[in-house]
Parts: sequence; C-alpha cells; structure tokens
Amino acid sequence: MRFYEYESKALFARHGMPLGQSRVAGSPEEARAAAQAIGGPTVIKSQVLSGGRMKAGAVLFADTPDEAAKHYETVLPIVVNGETARSVLIEEKSPIAQEYFVSVTWDGRRKLPVVLFSDMGGIDIEEVAETHPEHLSRTHFSTILPLSERVAKEAIGAVGVTGSDLNRLVPIVYKLMQLFLDYDLTLAEINPLAKLEDGRFIVLDGHLDMEAEARGDHKAVLDDLGIGDDETRQARPPTEFELAGARVNAVDHRGVAGNVVEFDGNLGLIIGAGGGSLTLFDAVRKQGGKPANYCEIGGNPSMSKVKNLTKLILSKPGVDKIAVMMNVVSNTRVDIVARGVIKGCIEAGKDPAEVIAIFRIPGAWEDEGFKILAKHGVEYCDRSVSMYEAAGRACAKLEAN
Amino acid sequence: MSILITADTSFIVQGITGREAVNLTRENLDYGAKIIGGVTPGRAGRDIYGVPVYDCVRDIVAKHGQPDGSIVSVPPKFTRDAVFEALENGIKTIVIVTENIPRAQVAQMVELAELRGARIIGPNCLGIISPGEAKMGGVGGPAANTRQAYSKGPIGVMSRSGGMTTEIASTLTGAGLGQSTCVSIGGDAIIGTSYAELMPFFEADPETRAIAIYSEPGGRMEAELAEWVTKNASRLPIVAFMAGRFMDEMKGMRFGHAGTIVEGKEDTTAEKIERMEAAGISVAERIEEIPALIRTKLAEKSVEV
Repeated sequence: MRFYEYESKALFARHGMPLGQSRVAGSPEEARAAAQAIGGPTVIKSQVLSGGRMKAGAVLFADTPDEAAKHYETVLPIVVNGETARSVLIEEKSPIAQEYFVSVTWDGRRKLPVVLFSDMGGIDIEEVAETHPEHLSRTHFSTILPLSERVAKEAIGAVGVTGSDLNRLVPIVYKLMQLFLDYDLTLAEINPLAKLEDGRFIVLDGHLDMEAEARGDHKAVLDDLGIGDDETRQARPPTEFELAGARVNAVDHRGVAGNVVEFDGNLGLIIGAGGGSLTLFDAVRKQGGKPANYCEIGGNPSMSKVKNLTKLILSKPGVDKIAVMMNVVSNTRVDIVARGVIKGCIEAGKDPAEVIAIFRIPGAWEDEGFKILAKHGVEYCDRSVSMYEAAGRACAKLEAN
Repeated sequence: MSILITADTSFIVQGITGREAVNLTRENLDYGAKIIGGVTPGRAGRDIYGVPVYDCVRDIVAKHGQPDGSIVSVPPKFTRDAVFEALENGIKTIVIVTENIPRAQVAQMVELAELRGARIIGPNCLGIISPGEAKMGGVGGPAANTRQAYSKGPIGVMSRSGGMTTEIASTLTGAGLGQSTCVSIGGDAIIGTSYAELMPFFEADPETRAIAIYSEPGGRMEAELAEWVTKNASRLPIVAFMAGRFMDEMKGMRFGHAGTIVEGKEDTTAEKIERMEAAGISVAERIEEIPALIRTKLAEKSVEV
C-alpha cells in the first residue's frame, strides 16, 4: 500500500526527521498562500503514486507566489503514467550541496531487512548499482536484536562517508530503520536525501509502502492520514466492480470468494485458489479466451459467498458465460461451490446449463457436487481433464457463440 | 525414504481447537500421523480425536517427551508467540499454516529458528507430505482424497501454492510417477524454507530421483534455485511450472499470494524462466507436460523410474 509524498513526509515528521517546509495545495490560491508563507523560491510537485513525474513535467520551480499559483495550474492536470494528481505539494526550495540515497527494504533471500545507502542520490539507484557498485552499500540487520545505530553507521561508512557528514547522517538512517519496522513497511526510501550548502541534511523526497497485511495494526495512523479502507493503493485504484467483489468476500469469514480484478473480456471466471487462479487465467488467455475478471475462491467459502460472487460476475456488462475451475481441492467442498454457483445463476435469471461453460473442480465431495451439476445439465469434468483443457473447453464454447 | 517427515515423526498441533486445526488433526491422524498433543491456552484437559489438549507446549514435553514437530494454526496476531513457544521448547520442524502474517514477524520467527537450529515451513502453506508415510498439515485434505492424489515414489515436489501441490501430485500419480515428499513451501514474500534450501535434503535422499516445482511471479526464489543447481552440480533433474505469466504486463498489482507481485524485472516470469532454463531446469507450459518432461530428463541421465 503506497503513500503519497505528502503522507510519507507526515510520517517522516512524526519520527523527527529533518524536512523542508511544505504545504499541500488544493487550489491556485492555496498554492499562492503556501508559497507566501514559505517565503523564497519553491518547488511545485504533483502528488501521484507512480514514479516518473519529473520526466512528465509535473515538478516545476517557482520564484514568486504568483508563479507558484501558475505552476499549480500547469502541474495539476498532467497525467503521470495514466494517473491523475491527487493534489499538489508546495515545498521550500533549498540550496543543495550533494544528494544521497537511502532505503530500507526486505531481502526475501536473506529473510532480513536491508539498508541500501549511496552517496550518489537523485538518480536511478539500479543504475548506480550497475555502474558504480562501490557507491552503493547493502547492510542487513536483525529483527530480534534491539535496533542499533551501529547498522546505520556501517551502511553510511561503507561508501566512504566520514567526518561530520557521517555523524549527521546516522540519526536519519537510524530513524528510517525505525520507521520501517514501526509501521510494517515493505519500502522506506529517501531519494534524494540532500546535504544543504550550510551542512545540514534534509529529506527532499521519500517513498513509503506499507504491507497490506499490516494495515489493521496501523489503523490510527491511517485514520490520521485520512486513508480509508477502500483505498487499496495498488498500481491503480480499484474499480466499482472490484469494490463490489471485496464486499462479497467481507460478508463472512468463511473461506475466500473475492480478490476480484476487472478485465474487459466476455468470459467470467470463478477460479481458485491462489496458484490455481494464476494457472487458469494464463490457460484461458493462452487459448484465445478473453477473461472478464480475475478472482480467487478457496478455503471452503460459504455457499452464499459463492452465490453472490457468481451473481456479481454475471451482472457485469459483456459477460456471456462463466467458467468455474479450480485445482484439485483439499479443504474446499466441491458440492458447496456447485450449489453456490447454480443458485447464483438462477437468482441472476440465467439457465446454469447455458451460462456455465465448464465446471472443473476435482477433490473432496466431488461426487455430490457432480450430481448437482448433472441435475442442472451443467458440463463438468474431474481431474482426468487438465486445468488447461478445461479452460480450452470454455474458450471454445464462447467462440462457437 | 523421504525428507523432513516420516511415519515415525511425532508432532503437536498449536491452536488445535480451532475449526481448521480440528479438521487437519483428524485428516493427519487418518493418514497415519503421530500427533502426541495439542495446545490451546485455557483448554487443557480436553481432547481432539483422542489427542490431549494442553495450555502450553512445555506441558506436552513434560508429559509425553520431546515432539519432533509442530503445526501452527493460530490467528495471525498470535502466530509469532506460538512459533517462539515451539522453538523455545526444542521443536525442530515447524509448519506454519496461518496466512496474513506481516513479514517483519515472519523474519523474527525465521531468525530465532536459525539460532535454535530449527526449520520453518510456511507461513501460508499446507504443509508436508511423505506419501504412504505421514503428512503434517492440510495438504491433500481428507485422508481418502489424499490417497487418491498422492502416491509413493521417486519425485520430490515443492510448491509456492498449497492447492497446486496437490494438482501436481495428482498429475504425477495419474502418470504413474509417485512422490517421495511434497512440500507446500508457502506463498508469502518471506518464508521459512525456499526451494534452494530444500534441495540438499532431496539431494541426500536416495529415493528422490527428480524434482517438480510450482513457481510464480515475485521474489528471487527461482533465481536462488537456479544458482544453487548450477553451483552444486545437482544430480536431480528439475521440471518447473510457471504460473501467472499474464502478470508480467501488470507491474505493481498483486495476485494470488502475498508474495506474488511484479515490482522489478527480476520478478517477472520471463526473467525467472530464462534463469531457470539457463541452469538446465525445464519449464513446462502446462501441468500435464510435467510427467513426460521428467521422464525425458531421467532417460537422458539413464535413470530408471
């Protein structure tokens, strides 16, 4: 879950990290007032979640409050990687002597958090890693020992920084490590971390990402920042259809029937579980099928959840048929899914035999499930038909339509 | 032979009175597991299908001796504590079934496990099965269904998806290839044991003659496996199935499991496939191609199955 720059800066400020003065503006007047209050030259920055705003021209510099207001109007409508700006940040422009880079993230191989530090900030860090590896340090740290400034010192010292710069940087990097663990972040990055001409260091731009699983543990902070539960903060905002899918899944805690992602095809998918859904989605696309959605069912969802998911998918404009497919199931009951899907079709006013292109869920209680499907004339298959073949049968039916 | 668990492995179930844990206790017992006790704080004195329930792991150790393993099936908020309890009571193989644990907590469990010389499988997994011997976790479901999908034989299976572990085993069984041990390693970004970390166990198991893996986008685990195979001149041919190829075009979106997200080039299926193939790992387009690919690779090495 990504944070906007202004939210990240609010969290940096909470941890006592040094920042330039800044204000969020929602109108040209607010932009002018912000620049006035800050005094002197300002930077006008579009607030978007994706990178590349500088290249897109969505970061401009102003010498006067009037210019700040004008730039506000220029920057706001610029679309960055398909994303429109939420607001605009007006920030004090500081005289910079040097730019540094620091981030904390997880190393899945070592299973530890790692501090990445470079004295070549402001540019793409992957480029630094390739062209100047000696200017980028990687320092892992323990999650069970008390957090220690020693780690920050080693990370900074490893690229050759010493003297008062080292001593001024240590508390900033240490606080970033704290922030990373305190808020269950998956990424805490400052780029650039600027050394000013007067020798002080400030955070110029930062990027924080919180682990979705931990959102519940940080409700107070998210409330303070005004981030609601329906803001998924993935690569793109959720669609109405996806939010409706999330509501279906939230009705009870039994199993999963959700994680809906919208696509624009004509074949509705009721698929599972986690890995099975990925496999089946690929299989449909490979065989020329056009999925209307991605979703996951698993963990033995209640019949009503499956029913409501079926109804939701059938209600989507352009959906001609649905395919109900899973890998061999261990703890999901085939008969319950079969009942739920058929009920969903009937309640949506559709004939299950007509609208269900294929039902392929082998495993526990499959005989009971297949009986129900046979009664309603639905085409089904067991494990002797592979996931790929089942997906192919569904695609063929749609093509024949 | 098998790896990690055999018919003689004794284990406990932490959170044994929970709905899911009750089911898997029965399923494991039916499949022949030696479950010597269960833990749910405040429920001491009860039993679940004849397995006595205690308040603490310590009480089981005192009464029944040292268990080899534990299945942890408690809510995410309590998982770290349960795993620490198992580790501090000498348990060496821990299967964490629980999903949605923030990774900082997983990292803490893994770090302590390393200090204690113990191994964690999971979290967010269905556990381990050595077909015909025992299983530890929900893998395969009820014993009758488990026997239908899994059979004893020469193939080791590792999978980031619990459900796909059974799909692959079922496909292998259907093609006459049994399995030595199948491990559902878990779908999270940080897990206790990766493919590469399991390889030495399979390598040392004389009955394992080939490996099948299920993999997906996100993380560096496939690259780690490719490196391991190259560096250690593994005797075991490996066939991988790569799911989620559509995600390569959908950077930043999460599908399937918590660990499944494309953030950089190294996370993509295209990059993973390239690395694995360069290391001599065959990558199947469909699950049903796995048995034939395994047979071909074994025939090249003149290994009989």
